[in-house]
Amino acid sequence: MSSFLGSSIGKKLIMSVTGLFLIMFLLVHLFLNLLTLVGSDVFNTAAHFMGTNPIMKVMEFALAAGFLFHMVYALYLTIVNQNARPVKYAVANKSKATSWASKNMLITGGVVLIFLVLHLMNYYYKIKFTDLIESGEMTEYDLVVGLFQPENWYYVVIYIGWFILLGLHLNHAFQSAFQTLGLNNKTWERRLIVIGNIYALVISIGFSIIPIYFFINSLM
Amino acid sequence: MDLKLKIWKQKNPKDKGRFETYNIANISPDCSFLEMIDILNEQLINEGKEPVAFDHDCREGICGMCSLYINGRPHGPDDDITTCQLHMRKFKHGDTITIEPWRAAAFPVVKDLIIERNAFDKILQAGGFVSVNTGGVQDANAILIPHDTAEEAMDAASCIGCGACVAACKNSSAMLFVAAKVSQLAVLPQGKIEAAARVKNMISKMDELGFGGCTNTGACEAECPKSISISHIARMNREFLCANIQD
Repeated sequence: MSSFLGSSIGKKLIMSVTGLFLIMFLLVHLFLNLLTLVGSDVFNTAAHFMGTNPIMKVMEFALAAGFLFHMVYALYLTIVNQNARPVKYAVANKSKATSWASKNMLITGGVVLIFLVLHLMNYYYKIKFTDLIESGEMTEYDLVVGLFQPENWYYVVIYIGWFILLGLHLNHAFQSAFQTLGLNNKTWERRLIVIGNIYALVISIGFSIIPIYFFINSLM
Repeated sequence: MDLKLKIWKQKNPKDKGRFETYNIANISPDCSFLEMIDILNEQLINEGKEPVAFDHDCREGICGMCSLYINGRPHGPDDDITTCQLHMRKFKHGDTITIEPWRAAAFPVVKDLIIERNAFDKILQAGGFVSVNTGGVQDANAILIPHDTAEEAMDAASCIGCGACVAACKNSSAMLFVAAKVSQLAVLPQGKIEAAARVKNMISKMDELGFGGCTNTGACEAECPKSISISHIARMNREFLCANIQD
């Protein structure tokens, strides 16, 4: 087994499986976020459930581990892959056959990670490590609305930019994960690309709706 | 047409190497790219200079010997061809053409534009074959193979082992080459018997030789002179996964 996971395909497999786990997480996260559009009570109940349910507490660790594995391994594999070409080409390949996203996964992933830290500071830290919620001073819903007020317009810009980059990352990630698992062939190649594009758009646009909605709402 | 050529010159594997610029005049658009280098070399020999060393053999696109990374593309600015099939009509009068060898740790430069592609032979020796036991010749139709399967195997078998996939890949990965060889045998009944051991041995040899990993960009498929599909890489991944689960 160790020789399997240590092989080039085994290493790809780790990226693929952790990636698919994060892909599923994003769908759950998006679903919960969209509840803010339904109403504050619904969202607060859902957020409270996610924060206190024992299964979710276990999943929180699994999620953190999945993120860490995916990132650390990506960095390690990129270094290994760079070493496979010690002397670089003088003229870079300008072929349009490969997408920009597919060749810059480390960059899009890295930037997404940087903003993830900001995102955790905005919400996770405030909910878990301060008594804002417990004291009843604010609800989870208030935190969401509060961040996207007109005086915080730059947060709206940052978050939307973040979702666009995430979308680019996912655009290649989705089909790539299935290709690595061997779940691809000539017929499914095109289908997976289309499904991956739809998924990336749903995530990008779906998450972007929330800051835009609350920003416009507060202006009116 | 008149052209300016920036060509990689390197005395031996240990030399650091550098680009040298040559001017060449009156090249016919109907001339092949390798003939153009032949003309340059003749000119250099007449001037008492050392000619440019490059790989070539059949010059009809089937041996996989010619390499050359031309203006940022393996086998130059045309699709589905080898360098010997590239014609000078793809360039314009006054163009500067940069010619580099394939770049990969597993493909060290021997001299100028010639690279060592023994790594591919070593991968094939690790399992890219069907063990044939001695005995009488079998009837040609004793084992029936569906037409689609035969076509799939033939598409994979069209790999000429030129190494353009490695040259094009940003990770210098040999996955498309290995996948073509694994695939061509794994889909046929004769090759299926040894499929599990074959894929494991070939992958472990590939890793040992210092090729990079695959990040599914599809650059290999785009530059492959025989348009071998990356769906073969998916099959290889599947074969490798199944072979390891069976253990």
